[in-house]
Amino acid sequence: MSQTTLGKNAGDSRERDGGGTSTARALTGQALRALRDNMRQYGMVIALVLLLGLFQVWSGGDMLLPRNVTNILLQNGYILILAIGMMIVIINGHIDLSVGSLAAFTGAAAAVMMVDHDMPWQLALFLSLLIGAVVGAWQGFWIAYVGIPSFIVTLAGMLLFRGATQILLDGQSISPFPEGFQDISQGFLPEVGPDTNYHNLTVLMGVLVCAVALFQEWRQRKQALAYELHVLPFRMFLLKCAAIVAAVLAFTLTLASYRGVPVVLLILGGLLVVMGYVMRNAVIGRHIYALGGNRAAAQLSGVKDKRVTMLVFVNMGVLAALAGCVFAARLNAGTPGAGNLFELEAIAAAFIGGASMSGGVGTVLGAVIGGLVLGVLNNGMSLVGISQDVQQVIKGLVLLAAVGFDVWNKRRARS
Amino acid sequence: MTQHVLEMRGITKSFPGVRALDGVDISVRAGEVHAVCGENGAGKSTLMKVLSGVHPHGSYGGEIRFEGELCAFRDIRASERHGIVIIHQELALVPQLSIAENIFLGNERAARGVISWSSTLVETERLLRRVGLDERPGTRIAELGVGKQQLVEIAKALAKRVKLLILDEPTAALNDEDSRKLLGLIGELRDQGISCILISHKLNEIRQVADTVTVLRDGRSIETLAVRGSVGGPATVSDEQLITRMVGRELDQFYPDRTPYTGERAGQVALTVRDWTVRHPVDTGRTVVDSVSFEVRHGEILGIAGLMGAGRTELAMSVFGRSWGRYVRGSVELHGREVSTRTVAEAVGHGIAYVTEDRKTYGLNLIDTISRNISLAALPRMARHGVVDAHGERRVAERYRGSMNIKAPTVFEQVGRLSGGNQQKVVLSQWINAEPQVLILDEPTRGIDVGAKAEIYTVIDQLAAQGKAVVVISSELSELLGVCDRIATMAFGRMTGVLDRAEATQEGLMRLMTRTDVGAVDATGRPVTEES
Repeated sequence: MSQTTLGKNAGDSRERDGGGTSTARALTGQALRALRDNMRQYGMVIALVLLLGLFQVWSGGDMLLPRNVTNILLQNGYILILAIGMMIVIINGHIDLSVGSLAAFTGAAAAVMMVDHDMPWQLALFLSLLIGAVVGAWQGFWIAYVGIPSFIVTLAGMLLFRGATQILLDGQSISPFPEGFQDISQGFLPEVGPDTNYHNLTVLMGVLVCAVALFQEWRQRKQALAYELHVLPFRMFLLKCAAIVAAVLAFTLTLASYRGVPVVLLILGGLLVVMGYVMRNAVIGRHIYALGGNRAAAQLSGVKDKRVTMLVFVNMGVLAALAGCVFAARLNAGTPGAGNLFELEAIAAAFIGGASMSGGVGTVLGAVIGGLVLGVLNNGMSLVGISQDVQQVIKGLVLLAAVGFDVWNKRRARS
Repeated sequence: MTQHVLEMRGITKSFPGVRALDGVDISVRAGEVHAVCGENGAGKSTLMKVLSGVHPHGSYGGEIRFEGELCAFRDIRASERHGIVIIHQELALVPQLSIAENIFLGNERAARGVISWSSTLVETERLLRRVGLDERPGTRIAELGVGKQQLVEIAKALAKRVKLLILDEPTAALNDEDSRKLLGLIGELRDQGISCILISHKLNEIRQVADTVTVLRDGRSIETLAVRGSVGGPATVSDEQLITRMVGRELDQFYPDRTPYTGERAGQVALTVRDWTVRHPVDTGRTVVDSVSFEVRHGEILGIAGLMGAGRTELAMSVFGRSWGRYVRGSVELHGREVSTRTVAEAVGHGIAYVTEDRKTYGLNLIDTISRNISLAALPRMARHGVVDAHGERRVAERYRGSMNIKAPTVFEQVGRLSGGNQQKVVLSQWINAEPQVLILDEPTRGIDVGAKAEIYTVIDQLAAQGKAVVVISSELSELLGVCDRIATMAFGRMTGVLDRAEATQEGLMRLMTRTDVGAVDATGRPVTEES
């Protein structure tokens, strides 16, 4: 109620003055508001940097050693993959509790195909992803077309696929895998060119990423100026660009001085770019946001609710299967206990990264940042010797604090 | 009787960046119905929130005296202890609980934490008689219509020993029949000594029931007028007087003159609906829309009048992609050729648009931007290879912000932050942008202020002038008479008549809207005879 009243009055006052200076004031106000609305995401980036700094000092410099940074990526790759899919599910206004079990099941299926049936690993990987898609379609069918709440359908899936994994593996672990499959999770880009003490390909990629990022920033600024939107002052803009370049180069040089870019990072980067683009610019992405924001209105605007929801769950299924294969490759075994509690890690990552329980809000990048916050916490706390039990307590509190901060922030914005 | 029960002096309330109330004075005499009117955003709701303690003492400036005593309410409970009860526009009843449970919710008849059901039921019966509601105390709220729920709210207020009852747009969701009952009840309560503040957009209501009216504009109290010379006497204040004060300018022309469409399709029938019949989605034995036929031409504005429950929205929504109820039979023709409107996407594809009466629930994604709401219905057309053209989208949004006069600093403003009138303009833009041939507008001016209404009427007129076929569903007869070329009436699921603007009067329409004895009429409004 108070929000609408406020909005109306704000509209009226804008109409009344409407001179040049007040337009500028309105725009500044909007920029501040945009900053405040994105506080959660910026806040999490800041939190991530602070966490890294904290553990860097606490661990006596072990945190940011090239080997440890690479480790963080390898340890969290599968959670980040799940978090990307989970974010999209949550934006669409649903939830998926089955991804941990599904990851175990697809990992086990890949193991059975490769070890028991001597299937080439590429085919096994492809079939696993296909299984993921089929399972996603199965759950999507019950949710979208039959109308059973996603919480229930995927809770059933969580039990169902955990059981199916046990049956498939007969309670045993299966190993070892062909090297090619192991490389999905343990491999790195090949060494090429002269010996420079750094991994050449990685440095090259870092430079490329810098160039693309700078081009994007410049283009966005140009567009914003063309639309007469508020932009950062030019000096601030340069500072931001410098910060981006510094961060990317520091990160790539760190990786390059160990073994280079791990394959998992390539997969993640690809997912981040493609899924981010689809959610931002594709019609289907818009429809996902619209359905999460107001399902009835989206339906009455001609959005095909059922088909979109189905696709979202198929996507989640494929990503869960991918995460399952990455995890199996990391263990070099298909085990019945794989993927335990992954769904909760992924959901926590999405909410820390800015998702809203009611849907319609969040970004793919946010999910990755949320996942990294959790991953850095895990890794850092292990480095400084905090016991597993205490780690759980702290992670729980972090999730509560992150969402609590968001709720508090929104309420403050409203009153 | 001239003693003031409530005096508010110099009330000032600011929100970050906005001064919502700026020195408002209002005095309510004991035992009077005091209307408060003004455009949306004038500060009516904020003023009532200050009075009822939603905005606690200390968060506003000025002083409140109730029964001569200086008041400093910390919350709603504090104001209710003094006998000030507010009934909000959105009713605050729990649908799953019974009437009795709702009436005594938070005010339970209990001894040591144990509810005394006998005294609850007896008391409820008494209160229901007092408000003239013939229902049993055990009936669940969900089974009642909005009109009866409103009466339960009043009974709930009476249970709290109300001295000053505040009603915020009480008839917004009611049909004429229920509105009349409610207004009658307000009069009865006044005679029992309960003072009442009535916030209303509807000027005829104010003239009908109020004794005094205070006009607010831009957070200031403009003037307090006596509505009638003597208690119970005829109203002496005119609509024109009130409107002038509300908008602060002369409204020489509220409804625009119809601009004729002279294009090549002039006079050609655009949409024909034949024999449309729909059953209730849950209560499938009930036929809600019964053998309805109508047609609308290019460049024509067809009004559909009817009381609440006549089946107008149900008709429109079921024609639009079968979005409501269970389809039984009927056909839709565009330019004389039968088409399928089985899904919303198909209906939109055939150039039909439906603008909902409930923009917050069915019309807008409130957490998204103006620009993205406007483009939603036309996204497939505005995209190439499944990727949205961001530049085009923004240009389109800018165009509508200008042409529809949407008051927002940029098109990237969140829709939930706009006023009702501006939200309505965004919904309209969304559907005009879908480039339809036929636009069905359901209550296009509900809950929006007078200035925005006039703008919407102009937009409707222009749409018709461009050759679009427009159907306007409205509960305000004056609005239909003001903007439509022809007006069809519905009663109890059936179409009961079609009148030309020239021959239609409010009385004539009302007669058709309450008819139960007619069968179906055909597309031109002639009764269907036995032979055909």
